[in-house]
Amino acid sequence: MQSRQSTFLALAMALPAMILLVAFTHFPIIATVVDSFLSTPKPRRPSHYVGLDNYNTMIADPIFWKALTNNLIYAAATIPVSVALALAMALVVNSKIKGRGLLRMAFFTPTVLPMIAVANIWLFFFTPTYGAIDQILSIVGMHATNWLGSTQTALLCVIIVAVWKEAGFFMIFYLAALQTIPPDLIEAARIEGADRWQILRRVTLPLLGPTTLFVAVNAVINAFRTVDHIFVLTGGGPDNATNVLMYEIYLVGFGFFDQGYAAALTVVLLAGLALVAVGQFVLFDKRVHYR
Amino acid sequence: MRISRASFASALTLMAILTGTQFAAADTEVRFYYPIAVGGPLTKIIDGYAAEFEASHPGIKVKPIYTGDYIQTTAKALTAVRGGDSPECAIMLAADLYTLTDADAVIPLDDLATTPEDKKWLAGFYPAFMENARVGGKTYAAPFQRSTPVLYWNKEAFKEAGLDPDKAPANWDEMREDAKKLTKRDASGNVTRWGIQIPTDGNAAWLYTGLTTADDVKLINSDGNKTAFNDPRAVESLKYLHDLSYVDASQAKGLTSWGTTPKDFTEGKVAMIWHTTGSLGVIRKNATFGFGLGYLPAKAHFGAPTGGGNFYIFKGLSAEKQKAAFEFIKFMTSADRAADWSIQTGYVATQPASWETPVMKAYVKDVPQAAVARDQLQFAVPEVTAHESARVTKALNDAIAAVMTDSKSAQPALDEAQRQAEIALKDYR
Repeated sequence: MQSRQSTFLALAMALPAMILLVAFTHFPIIATVVDSFLSTPKPRRPSHYVGLDNYNTMIADPIFWKALTNNLIYAAATIPVSVALALAMALVVNSKIKGRGLLRMAFFTPTVLPMIAVANIWLFFFTPTYGAIDQILSIVGMHATNWLGSTQTALLCVIIVAVWKEAGFFMIFYLAALQTIPPDLIEAARIEGADRWQILRRVTLPLLGPTTLFVAVNAVINAFRTVDHIFVLTGGGPDNATNVLMYEIYLVGFGFFDQGYAAALTVVLLAGLALVAVGQFVLFDKRVHYR
Repeated sequence: MRISRASFASALTLMAILTGTQFAAADTEVRFYYPIAVGGPLTKIIDGYAAEFEASHPGIKVKPIYTGDYIQTTAKALTAVRGGDSPECAIMLAADLYTLTDADAVIPLDDLATTPEDKKWLAGFYPAFMENARVGGKTYAAPFQRSTPVLYWNKEAFKEAGLDPDKAPANWDEMREDAKKLTKRDASGNVTRWGIQIPTDGNAAWLYTGLTTADDVKLINSDGNKTAFNDPRAVESLKYLHDLSYVDASQAKGLTSWGTTPKDFTEGKVAMIWHTTGSLGVIRKNATFGFGLGYLPAKAHFGAPTGGGNFYIFKGLSAEKQKAAFEFIKFMTSADRAADWSIQTGYVATQPASWETPVMKAYVKDVPQAAVARDQLQFAVPEVTAHESARVTKALNDAIAAVMTDSKSAQPALDEAQRQAEIALKDYR
């Protein structure tokens, strides 16, 4: 009797969250999977079952492969760099140095700014000839560079902006974690004769394990999700050099209104992300030290 | 039971509010999406027109809604149509004609233009602007912010380079030679002024159509379902554009920015640009030097695309709302309004009658460049207006970007664009 009542209570408490999750997450996922096997509805030809057609189109579509490759490069660059930078910044502002408050604020500012505003600021930095970067480089005698307008540098530019924006956010998590590390552990290590590098490697980093896992999962998700700045900076160009999966999905879905193909692209992105997230937890769980 | 004075008073207020809302509800609201594609305080001008319209048309309220650039505006409008909450009318790309009719989102204006006066209005626009406003004998759009690319040149730079400052290059060879002479380098080899800039990061396909039209090839048929992207003359046109950057080094390498091109010109960073007539207002305001405005140079003959936005009315609305939207569109595209809009922005006034108005005559006397765009209309063709227009245009833009970043040569790039266009268009034949 008692347990039945509490089960009921628990369900009732979970219900609001469940409704939201089902309505805005689970149902859309199922609908997307279903749509990916249907053709795009046209006024003269309603949507009908096409089997794997949308997926076959994808395999034959060079732009899909280009977007996927770009996305992998983008992820491989932004994830380690932003996480490492976040850790380094957290260590700096956790130490007792002058102007610590100011530094913390400076590191965190990019996180507070909206991505579109950030992208517009960087758009000015990247402008050839009179943009900030070219102005500085011209002092040392470098020629003007068409940063966003060349296939060699455009992807690098959007990666830099993403790292700049993201590192400060991850830093906050590291900073919080660093402050929960009991000082006696560090002190004990010091008495044992460990130098600063050994303390960092043997004491601090292992204790930051859970935070690193959390930050890494978020960094992976962001690497496939954050595309706002691409709209402002390059629009996926030149010649798809900065096109990534999420941007391509937007383009196909809301630029070309090709619902079926956009759904198939979304399913691939979803499946990939789910796989990575599960893999990360399974792989790291054994090695992460929880207290 | 006696009603207290206070509750009686509040009942009266309530009645007043209720009847008040009833009166307000009698107003027909026209929601109108519009994009902004050129510089200048356009929102203010549009709001001003809407206020004027409301003053002269009691019973209709206009709500202008700024919706970003052209692509975003079409995306938002079509999403709203699908959601069953479409605006009454919108300014969208003339080139989106088939996209909108294929989605069954817009209605023919002929259905609303019933009086002889209305028919006269609809027949009053320049034919060059109407070519991509009609499908199957019906007119779906009324020209509003229409443009055509022109060549702007810096007269002082011409003088400095020993060229005749009053004569624009008339053909491809002359433009190439002039651009080389106009490119200026400092002692260490840095370019301080480029000869020419034909921007390629946005609207690349549009400006490229200026080259192909002059080279006597039509990139697409008038049914919008068959492209000729890899025609030998289309390839020749793209090679010409490429060689300005990579053979002559008189144009910056890589993609050049549509957005900053007018500024690059007025800052003296580039001596000649191709840009929309819609930028005439901004360039006139900011240029500290004398500048000329001319036809795009000829190859086989002169040629230029038309571009810009038309008014469309959406389907699935009450007759009353469509009628109100129709009144608004007639007001916005009238000869007087078109003249004022043209003077304020640089867009081409859309009908011969506008050029006969006293204000326009005075303006042309003051700014003779304004008439160049109008006169170029006789050589103009519609820009690439295709079914699946976003997809087909992107295929072409990607090809141009690949060639202009020197990562592909013209033939394979345009072959790929043609292949993608074929896939997109096969269902429309």
